[in-house]
Amino acid sequence: MENKTRERIRNLAKEVIEQLKKQENPSITLPIRSLSNIYFDPQHRLIRIGDKTSKRYYFNVAHTKKFMQTMLVASECKKIIEQGATTSIRDLYYALKHTIEDTHENTFDSQSDSDPILEDLEAALNLLREELHLKADRKGYMAGSIVIEDAGDLINCARMGSSGWAIPSDVEPGLIKFLDCKAEFVLVIEKDAVWQRLNEDKFWQKQKCLIVTGKGQPARGCRRLINRLHTELKLPIYVLTDSDPWGFYIYSVIKQGSINLSFLSDRLGTPESKFIGMWTEDVKDYGISQNVTIKLNKGDQKRIREMMNYVWFKPKPWQDELKRMLKAGYKLELEALSSKGIRFISETYLPEKIKRQAFLP
Amino acid sequence: MGIAEEMGKKQRSISVSEFFEKNRHLLGYDNKAKAMLMIVKEGVDNSLDACEEAAILPDIYVGIREQGPEKYQITIKDNGPGIVKEQIPKIFGKLLYGSKFHRLRQNRGQQGLGISCAVLYSQLTTGVPSVIVSSIGDGKTHMYQLKIDVASNNPVVMETSVTEGEAWHGVSVTFVAECVYRENRQSVLEYVRQTAISNPYANIILDLPSGRTEFKRGVDQLPRQSCEILPHLHGVELGVLTRMLAATESRTMISFLTSEFSRVGKQSACDILLKAGLTKQGPDGRPVPDTKMRPSRVTDEQARKIIEAVKEVKLIRPPTECLSPLGTELIESGLKKELNPEFVAAVSRPPEVYRGWPFQVEVGIAFGGSVQAFDVMRFANRVPLLYQQGICAITKAVEETEWRRYNVQMNREVEDPLVIFAHLCSVWVPFTSESKEAIANYDIIVKEIKLALQECARKLSLWLSGKRKSAMLSRKKSLFERYAAETAGALAVITGASKKDIISDITNLITNKWGQTDDGTEIEEKEVADGEQDEGEDSESGKGSD
Repeated sequence: MENKTRERIRNLAKEVIEQLKKQENPSITLPIRSLSNIYFDPQHRLIRIGDKTSKRYYFNVAHTKKFMQTMLVASECKKIIEQGATTSIRDLYYALKHTIEDTHENTFDSQSDSDPILEDLEAALNLLREELHLKADRKGYMAGSIVIEDAGDLINCARMGSSGWAIPSDVEPGLIKFLDCKAEFVLVIEKDAVWQRLNEDKFWQKQKCLIVTGKGQPARGCRRLINRLHTELKLPIYVLTDSDPWGFYIYSVIKQGSINLSFLSDRLGTPESKFIGMWTEDVKDYGISQNVTIKLNKGDQKRIREMMNYVWFKPKPWQDELKRMLKAGYKLELEALSSKGIRFISETYLPEKIKRQAFLP
Repeated sequence: MGIAEEMGKKQRSISVSEFFEKNRHLLGYDNKAKAMLMIVKEGVDNSLDACEEAAILPDIYVGIREQGPEKYQITIKDNGPGIVKEQIPKIFGKLLYGSKFHRLRQNRGQQGLGISCAVLYSQLTTGVPSVIVSSIGDGKTHMYQLKIDVASNNPVVMETSVTEGEAWHGVSVTFVAECVYRENRQSVLEYVRQTAISNPYANIILDLPSGRTEFKRGVDQLPRQSCEILPHLHGVELGVLTRMLAATESRTMISFLTSEFSRVGKQSACDILLKAGLTKQGPDGRPVPDTKMRPSRVTDEQARKIIEAVKEVKLIRPPTECLSPLGTELIESGLKKELNPEFVAAVSRPPEVYRGWPFQVEVGIAFGGSVQAFDVMRFANRVPLLYQQGICAITKAVEETEWRRYNVQMNREVEDPLVIFAHLCSVWVPFTSESKEAIANYDIIVKEIKLALQECARKLSLWLSGKRKSAMLSRKKSLFERYAAETAGALAVITGASKKDIISDITNLITNKWGQTDDGTEIEEKEVADGEQDEGEDSESGKGSD
């Protein structure tokens, strides 16, 4: 695997040198990672990247800096691999950031410059960043009745106290192994505060589940972990988010992947995920006071209409739900359930929904 | 005694001098600051006219010295041919006396008013006589102290002397007048500066209270000499025609028309007479032109009919050799030497005619370099026009030109550093007033100025786009050079190849290919079409992804 990675980096660079020798304008071919080059694969129910590519040229005013940055990232990855180390994408940024000789210009001005270049490189080489020995910042926590092996250490996620096990950026089988699992499903929660409530109430013990939070839009490590828990342990995935367009979209990314990382949907998407809440009708079904609903703003309404046009939101239950939200004109935060009592969510709302199997697809 | 008789006693003719005394604003002496400019201008104009006529490269000295509160001594000295002793009192001491009014030729002065007005103004404000010193190169130097008898419009010689021994030619005039010295847009300094631009073959020394400046000669060659022409019938008015009919020495109408006007041949003269009804019965009973008619017999009514008839008769345009344009070379050299611009262009239009008077428009443009702001310099017969900009044909033409089309910014916020030089030369410049400050808005004149401006602007636009292109090219080149070492370094780390070799490959490509041509741009455009797209369409970034 190391060899494959190094080989691909070397080939990329060799080709550039060849082109230079032939006095041609050197270029790198990149798959286009945007809405114009993705499609929804209905068979696997995943967002996939199309076959449109673009070329990044050295002799092009608009490309030349990015071309240089791409080469810098590639060379740094090669160094890291040879040292047998793994670093964070933030380390990568700092390792490469310097002032270009004889200028007042930096190679990279911020991590938001180097992150997309790394994604370009992953796509161009068809390699994961983990294979390039890079990892993103950790984001997301898990607790529940599972024992895992994390970099050789045994971790019992049922004994992780109040904060849970921090999900690393690299959760590939080489690093994370699932040993003993007594859970029957996985509950993914958008918000860390709600996760903490459920953890404090030992919800995972009572309901025999794993609770996972991505703290907002989950990072790829978290999404990959969900994917593995489902595919390897056959655990059903239930997703709990706010009842607003952004919450729904978090669910959609967990389920069928994202546009930006469409080339990784196979490994990051979990098409069998189910949506457990919240949604507009909860107000009526659970007698939630109108006082805790939030009026939709213009941005919300625009986003809802946009999402109604995405192929993966075309199934009728979702079209109906989005229409309902527009019609009702309000959104709900998970915390709205606390108006019924702080343990309402863990003792009534979730158990009741799971029992009824009241999900959106 | 009847009232009419009473009034009749009071009625008498007014001398021009008296008229000027009461109406000095008509000649430009409206205020004390302007008065100084007018005096300098009249002196310098006369000096330049005299030098050019004698084909002498002008050396002019202008000195201004403060003599008291609002009292200045103004001296203008030239190296012209000088003035014969007998003429000195009349030229300087009699209004409307001069050589230029009666001849049709391009000159700075036209009416014979200017310099004597300066004498009169000095005398009216300070009472000091003007001093004229001149020599025609015969070793004798004549000095006159002059005043004007206002009632009779005649010179009064206060003192005169002759000194011998010094061999020189030229004229020096000194006035002591009530003036205010300023250094603004309409100052003596600005006037002389602009004069130095429009007369680059002149060397002018300006001695001001604030210091001495020499406007050095830029070229050693005078523009083509202008010559006199006969009037053209299309520009003649009834009064002039009747005066000419009365004064002519021609015995017949046909000879009068063909010899006293330009471009009238026998055929055209006959046509005019026929159309005007100055006919007799021909052999076949039909009217034929009365070619033998005596000019003195022509009645006022017939003269009016001649003027009408002339409009219907096609005449060749007046000859244009009477004009003496500066030419593009002189304009460019004047602009270069005084403004030190980055770019200069000039256009000299072919001669045109308004109301029977030939005229010619010339325009120059100076851009960038030491030119800091937008400015329009107006000239008539090489004389700068500093006042009445708003009503001038040149201003109108500049305003009506669509500068944006030529990549020139001229809105209120951004004005490109651009000086426009516009020159109209004519045997009879249609000034809006006797003070000669603005050119009247004849359509054909405005049109000609606009055409010249457009032609000049096209040259500027071409240069600007070339400049922008080469700036873009060098920006591009330096961009490619800038990232070469970093890129080569990375490639060397990955492949183990020599960084130096890779840099030299890139450098070769820059010098041989991508830095020289616009190919890079083309590729860039093609690229956009291909859709090299960056992240950004992805909405999920709205809620913080990885």
